[in-house]
Amino acid sequence: MKTIITANGSDVNATLDPRFGRCEFFCILDEETGETEFIENKAKLQSSAAGTTAAETVIEQGVKKVISGDFGPKAKSLLDRFGIQMVILKDEGQIIANVINSITGK
Amino acid sequence: MPRRKSPRKIVAPPVFKGYKPFGSSKVCDGEVELLYEEYEAIKLADYDLMPHHEACHLMGISRATFARIYESARRKIASAFVEAKTIKTVYGNVYFDENWFRCNDCENAFTIPNPRIKRICPVCRSQSIQLMNSTGSTNNK
Ligand SMILES: [Zn+2]
Repeated sequence: MKTIITANGSDVNATLDPRFGRCEFFCILDEETGETEFIENKAKLQSSAAGTTAAETVIEQGVKKVISGDFGPKAKSLLDRFGIQMVILKDEGQIIANVINSITGK
Repeated sequence: MPRRKSPRKIVAPPVFKGYKPFGSSKVCDGEVELLYEEYEAIKLADYDLMPHHEACHLMGISRATFARIYESARRKIASAFVEAKTIKTVYGNVYFDENWFRCNDCENAFTIPNPRIKRICPVCRSQSIQLMNSTGSTNNK
C-alpha cells in the first residue's frame, strides 16, 4: 500500500511539511517494501486551489493514505470522495524517517 | 505533558455568513473564503487582544500553526478590502467535521473514509480511538 507524507525536502532527513496543499515535496512510501520516492508538489506556487491540485496528485499516484499537518476543506472533501485516509500528525517538526518508522511499526 | 493539538476549537462561530463590499466603483468580482479557524485567529488576536501564545493554546494548536492561520486570515481580509471582494466564511478543517477520529494513545488525528479501513490508529495501531466531536469513546471491541 502506498502512502504519501508531505515533506519539506526531497529525502528522508527532511521534516514533515505541515501544509498539505503547499508542501514542498510528496514522499511516496511503499509500506510493504519501505521504499520511498520524492516528487515535487507542483501546486505549491499556485495562487489558489493548491489543495485541490495537490489532492489530484495524490489521487493520480494511487495512494491510500496521506500524512500531513493540515488539510484544507477542498482537499479534504476530494480525498474523502476517493476514499483516501488523511492523517494529521500533532508534532509538526518530525523527520520523515521517523514518521516512516512509526507508521510501518519499526 | 504532551501538547494538546487538533481539533481546533472554535469558541464561537462567526455570527455572519459573509461580508459584501458596497459602493464599489468597479464590478465586484471574486470572493475570498475565510476559514472558521482564520476568523477565530483574527478574533482572538485582534479583537480580544489576546497574546498569540494564549490564543494558540485556546485553539489547541501549535504556535507555528496559529501564526500560519493568522497570517493567512490577514492576507485574505486585506485582499478582500483592497480588491473589493466578498468574504465568505467556510468550514475549517477539523473541528466542524464529523469524520475525524483521534487516537487516545498517540493523540494524532485521522479519517476513516471507507469501511474497508481498519478502525485502528494508522500511526500507532492503537484500537482506542475516538470520534473528535463526540465525548464518548468508541473503543474497538
Ligand atoms: Zn495512535
